[in-house]
Amino acid sequence: MIGVNHVALNMEKEFKMLQILDTEGKLVKGQKAPNLSDDELKDIYRWMLRLRVYDALSIKLNRQGRLGFYAPLGGQEACQIGSMAALRKTDWLFPSYRDLGASLYHGWSIKDTYLWSRGQINGMKIPDDVNLFPPQIIIASQCIHAAGAGWKFNLKNEDHVAITFFGDGATSQGDFHEGLNFAAVYNAPVIFFNQNNGYAISVPLHKQTKSETIAQKALAYGMKGIRIDGNDILAVYKAVSEAAERARNGEGPTLIEAVTYRLGPHSMSGDDPTRYRPKSEEEEWKEGKDPVTRFRLYLESKNLWTEEWENEIEKEMKDEISVAIKEVQKAPIGEVEEIMEYVYEEMPVELKKQHAEVLSWKGAK
Amino acid sequence: MAVMTMIQAITDAMRVEMERDENIIVLGEDVGVNGGVFRATDGLQEKFGENRVFDTPLAESGIVGTAVTMAALGMRPIAEIQFGGFVYECMDQIATQAGRLRFRTGGRFQVPLVVRTPYGGGAKTPEMHSDSFEAYFLHTPGVKVVVPSNPYDAKGLLISAIRDNDPVIFYENMPLYRSVKQEVPEDAYTVPIGKANVVKEGTDVTVIAYGNMVRLSQDAIAAVEKERGVNIELIDLRTISPLDMDTIFESVDKTGRVVVVHEAVRTGGVGAEIIARINEEKILKLEAPCVRVTAPDTPYPPTLVEDKWLPSKGRIAAGIKKVLDF
Repeated sequence: MIGVNHVALNMEKEFKMLQILDTEGKLVKGQKAPNLSDDELKDIYRWMLRLRVYDALSIKLNRQGRLGFYAPLGGQEACQIGSMAALRKTDWLFPSYRDLGASLYHGWSIKDTYLWSRGQINGMKIPDDVNLFPPQIIIASQCIHAAGAGWKFNLKNEDHVAITFFGDGATSQGDFHEGLNFAAVYNAPVIFFNQNNGYAISVPLHKQTKSETIAQKALAYGMKGIRIDGNDILAVYKAVSEAAERARNGEGPTLIEAVTYRLGPHSMSGDDPTRYRPKSEEEEWKEGKDPVTRFRLYLESKNLWTEEWENEIEKEMKDEISVAIKEVQKAPIGEVEEIMEYVYEEMPVELKKQHAEVLSWKGAK
Repeated sequence: MAVMTMIQAITDAMRVEMERDENIIVLGEDVGVNGGVFRATDGLQEKFGENRVFDTPLAESGIVGTAVTMAALGMRPIAEIQFGGFVYECMDQIATQAGRLRFRTGGRFQVPLVVRTPYGGGAKTPEMHSDSFEAYFLHTPGVKVVVPSNPYDAKGLLISAIRDNDPVIFYENMPLYRSVKQEVPEDAYTVPIGKANVVKEGTDVTVIAYGNMVRLSQDAIAAVEKERGVNIELIDLRTISPLDMDTIFESVDKTGRVVVVHEAVRTGGVGAEIIARINEEKILKLEAPCVRVTAPDTPYPPTLVEDKWLPSKGRIAAGIKKVLDF
């Protein structure tokens, strides 16, 4: 009979956290950097920085009332960019509401994310050429959707991978379990990417689960599980590349637990992290473990980074955002009669009647 | 033509459609080698293989949720929920995900999904098997709800549901599975979704029913007609969402008296919606208040109480007399 504590101890050893870059941006002893060209490394950094700017400005725009719902992703740039950089444009992304960064990298435009944030009609329209589902609000529902996508790729012999993002709180949901279980049973090419930032709004991880790690939950499904430093972009890239390769080789799904931290609040809808997180903890992650700084130091050591280049990227992104926010403010917000057309392929009689009724409201006070 | 029970007609609908379109797949608990707990999918796995007909893990949210994405990415899944009472487990996947995906992506994705589920009282099932939960989905924009009452309609409506590009919840009444046999064409044919059927024309009262209540209403109508010398019209709704109000209004214009019969509980049920719409459009045609004959507002009762709980021929007859005598 194995005691619970004994199992837990083994779990931490079994799922030892993969780290390639240390907090100083140096390669960890015995670790090799993934095979990425200088240009690829620079592009990944460029995108991390773009997200850093996007996050800071989105928070500001929200405070000014120019954006609506926004879930800060600052601190999680390595998770969102490292993972998507390891995949193909033809792969499918099932994001949660915090994964606008991954969605941007995959091809959703800044303008579209802002339309979505504000709740304008065109924010509903995911472009046909981006393999993306809209950000999922119902936590862990997307785990099942990714499983369904992977199952479909198997049935049609398509060489795609589905990736889905979810936080630590999501792992308590039944749909997390069902999604992983279905994907495993059907050997579906799915990457379950858990961003463990330690908190689900105010509830710390130890109140979600007694498991020492989230990665170990993979054992319950007969699935590969790995635990990585989610603030180490090279570890993220390596883990996702390997998971994608296994998936494409018909070796089924992987659960990746990326240990990370959100530097900002849970959302911009009134959450105040100082109520539940010690200041020292926030400082520790901000100062010592920042994924962008760490990768910058690595690039610097390879002579791939200059301050001018950094300023150039920042300016470019600020300009793009400033154009985008102006465009969305000019874009139509949408009409009720217009959204009525999206419910069914063909409007049923009753909805047609209500459509006419809605039109009759026009001009009425 | 062949003589079929409703369950055979349902199997046949899936067979003819699966032959036509290889994107149609069947998934659910025990639908494969076992052919379904009611044999609704009998022989389908043998005929179409394990890559078309899937036994799934025992998880309703997983069944419907995986089918939602498969549908969005080009498949046409027919998912089975073993019993209607288990629908709460996949409420999010039906109502929030299947029903809203076209809407929340501005038409980018559509969800051509059928969710088949047996329901209906009188089969002496254990708890949470027989409940009639169709009103939840009448109240859910984005999904359609179909309830056939006979083998011919079952096949034609299921084929329509499979070909529909929006999600359809397909309710199959358990006591009707094998109780009626009917001539059914062997080829594919459709019965349109959203179109009620006037089972019997009449001039004095309109009785609106669906599922097993159609058969029961027929008996009640025969009895009242004989007793009172009146002529009663019976409408089989066939589709709960969208409701065919045109057929109902036409009937109300004629009769001015309405009884809605369903075995679901009364409050917030399908009858409430139908009567509200009659009030909005046809109040001046009414000779009497509309009456509902339904189950009382309790959870589905213990097995041996169900016959007293469900609407009976006598209670339906009493409802009809109430509108006649107002």
